[in-house]
This record gives sequence, C-alpha cells and structure tokens, in this order.
Amino acid sequence: MIRVVLPYHLKNLAKVEGEVLLEVDGPATQRSVLGALEARYPMLRGTMRDQVTHHRRPFLRFFACEQDLTFEAPDGPLPAAVASGAEPYCIIGAIAGG
Amino acid sequence: MSRVRVLVGTRKGAFILTSDGKRQKWDVSGPHFGGWEIYHVKGSPVDSNRLYASQCSGWFGQLIQRSNDGGQTWEPVGNKFEYDGVTGTHQWYDGTPHPWEFKRVWHLEPSLTDPDTVYAGVEDAAIFRTTDGGQTWNELSGLRGHGSGSSWAPGAGGMGLHTILLDPKDPDRIFIAISAAGVFRTDDAGQTWRPTNRGLKSQYIPDPNAEVGYCVHRIAMHPSRPEVLFMQLHWDVMRTDDAGESWHEVSGNLPTDFGFPIQVHAHEPDTVYVVPIKSDSEHYPPEGKLRVYRSRTGGNEWEPLTNGLPQCDCYVNVLRDAMSVDALDSCGIYFGTTGGQVYASADAGDHWTPIVRDLPAVVSVEVQTLP
Repeated sequence: MIRVVLPYHLKNLAKVEGEVLLEVDGPATQRSVLGALEARYPMLRGTMRDQVTHHRRPFLRFFACEQDLTFEAPDGPLPAAVASGAEPYCIIGAIAGG
Repeated sequence: MSRVRVLVGTRKGAFILTSDGKRQKWDVSGPHFGGWEIYHVKGSPVDSNRLYASQCSGWFGQLIQRSNDGGQTWEPVGNKFEYDGVTGTHQWYDGTPHPWEFKRVWHLEPSLTDPDTVYAGVEDAAIFRTTDGGQTWNELSGLRGHGSGSSWAPGAGGMGLHTILLDPKDPDRIFIAISAAGVFRTDDAGQTWRPTNRGLKSQYIPDPNAEVGYCVHRIAMHPSRPEVLFMQLHWDVMRTDDAGESWHEVSGNLPTDFGFPIQVHAHEPDTVYVVPIKSDSEHYPPEGKLRVYRSRTGGNEWEPLTNGLPQCDCYVNVLRDAMSVDALDSCGIYFGTTGGQVYASADAGDHWTPIVRDLPAVVSVEVQTLP
C-alpha cells in the first residue's frame, strides 16, 4: 500500500482524515500514485494537476523520504520506502498567498 | 410569507443569509468551502433549491459545487473546462500575443427553464455550457471564434467573462460582457456572436469606432424589457434601447461615473442603481461616503441613497457581481463590499442596514426570492 498525505483543503474536499492508503497498479511512480488518487477520489481531479495539460499546479510540491520529488520524472520509480509503505508520499501546498 | 436567500461569495468562502419577507432578522450560514475563493453562487430560477458555486484557489485550481437542498449540502461536479479547438492568442498587457489559458470561472448563469443547464463565464474569456447539471462543460466557441479574439486584452483583474444575461423573451438571445473586450450578443443560442459596443467611448482606444476593446464592468436588464440594457462601463454609465445596437451615456449628475455594479429594480424597469467609485486609480467611494445612486428615470437623473450607509471614513469597494435585488413587492436591494459588509434595503434603497459586517471581502451577491 502507498501512503499519501494530502494538504488540508484536499483532505476536506475528499472527505478523508489522516493518510490515504492506495493500491497502485504496476510500478509505483508519481504518475501512477496521482492517477490512483484521482480514481479513488474523483473530486480531486484537476486540483493537483491540470486536467487538460496534466501539468502540476504551480503551488503544489511533492515530497517523500526528506527529498523534493517535484521535478523528478513522473514515470520514474518512487523511493523503495514509499513503494513499500514505510514512508508516505506527501503533497504539499506552497506557503504563499493571503 | 415569502422568504429571501442571499448567496454571498467571498475571498474565503461562501455564506448564505436567509430571512423572512420582512428582511429584518437574518440567519447566517457558512463559511461554506472555507478558505477558498468563491467568485459566484447562483440558484436556478426554476428550482430554487438547485444552487451552483464557483470555487477556486491559487493552489488547487477550479471546482464547481452543486447543491440540491438550497445550500445545506454540496457536491463537487465537473471542473474540466477545455477550450474548443485551437486556443490561439489574445493580447497581453504589453500588447504581445499571449496564449489563451483557463484560470477560473467568474460567473455562473443558470438557465431560465432547465435546472441542469448553466452557462459559465470564465477567465481567459470564454463561455461554457453544461446541460447535465455541471458534470460536463462545453465551450460555445463561436464567441472566441468571432474573429476579434486575438485583439482582446485583459483588464487589471484579468480577462474575465463576467456577465451573462439570458433574454427571457427570446431563448436564442444571450448577452455577455468581457473585461476588457466589451459586450457581445448571440441570436442563435450561442453558435455565433457579434460585438455590440457602438456608442461606447474609451480614452485609451485611439479608434473611436473600435468594435472591441472596451472595459465593460457590468450590464443589467429588466426581464420585462430585455432590449433595454444598462451598463457600468469603466468610466460612464450607458444605456441601450435596441439590444446593444447603439449605446448612449446616462451618467447625468453622478458625482463620478466610474464604478462596478449596476442593477435594475425588480418591478420598475427604469429604476436603476449604481455605486459610484472615485476613480480607476482609487477604488473607493468619493469623500469616504458610501452612497448608492438611484435613477428613477432610466438614467441621467440620479439621487444619492445614504440612510444607514457609512458617510465618513469609508474606503471599501463594491465589485461588479456584488449587487442584486429581490422580487418582493417592496423591492429589496443588496450589495457586498470588499470590507466584508453586506448591506440590504427592504424599501428599494431608501433605508439600508448591514446584514453582516465582518465577512471576508465580498466578491458576489445573488438573491433568491422564495415562496
């Protein structure tokens, strides 16, 4: 199981508390995790990546294992600790705005 | 006895204010979608419990929310707004071409006959329509494809399509307004559009006969007389008597003819309301006095309405979508400010009182008159 930590507003939108646990088909990558997340919670579609361009929303970043994965290739393998569920994959909203 | 429901969109959530027909005591619910920008909330004219809300955020993009119980519960519906075909470019602030990019939904206009049909005015300017209650949205691309799109430019707040007026006598006729392109009209239910800006003037446009390029802030219509429209232009209050074929100025004795909202009394087609703002460089009321101006003559002759409104040290703004009217016998007028107040008058503007005083900055106000 992949553990995903959502930012506050997306937790509210998806009506979840705590971490989200996801089964991912095939290799655990950022693309497959986000795809599984959107499939489980369709209300999140468009909130993390644009539905048309699939570009990451500029004020969101992705972290795991104390690494910034934001600019890693979306189809690259996630760290083994994330794939095994030992560490969560964290979606973080930028500290910006008013 | 009839009731009134006021739907308020703010920078940090939506609020729903309800009262009986006396409009003296108000219940406040909210914030709904706390922390999100709510550009607009509007109810269906044929099903008052069906509401739609535009929810957006700089972090998480655009959502559309729908309620089937008058705003007690909500569910997110479709939020995919994909421009039809080749998106092309419009003018950027510096005059260079800039690709069309979807940013947010400014305005939702439910159909006059079908609760599942809604029009959405978006930034960058385009009009979308859903016919399945918001699950899917399709662009009416004849507007952007009119031919002048490449010359449209954003106003200071972005290139938003902010007003959608549905003609109650002709289901094929719709008026829309874009800042800063102008007014457009379709007579074939949105397939083709043409600009209807003749008579508008802008000191920033060198060609006095330019078809587009006008910073229209808002247009308003009385349903009994849909060929007559009133407009708050960037500067100037304007009127057309021929469905936009030609406009003439009706600013008359206003202390300043800059402003954002404009509204028409529910029962008197020639009674019009504006909120004069000092200038485009100073978005607050002249002399620190918050005054609504009312014309009972379809423009030109205006009277200040001040009873109950702050008349000193008031420096709030009233945004374009933040004024509305109810349909009770004694017409109620409502507006919200960037200071978070929502003011109401139950007697057509003669007396005002704040319903709430300390909301986040108010972006939009809509009113439903309920049985």
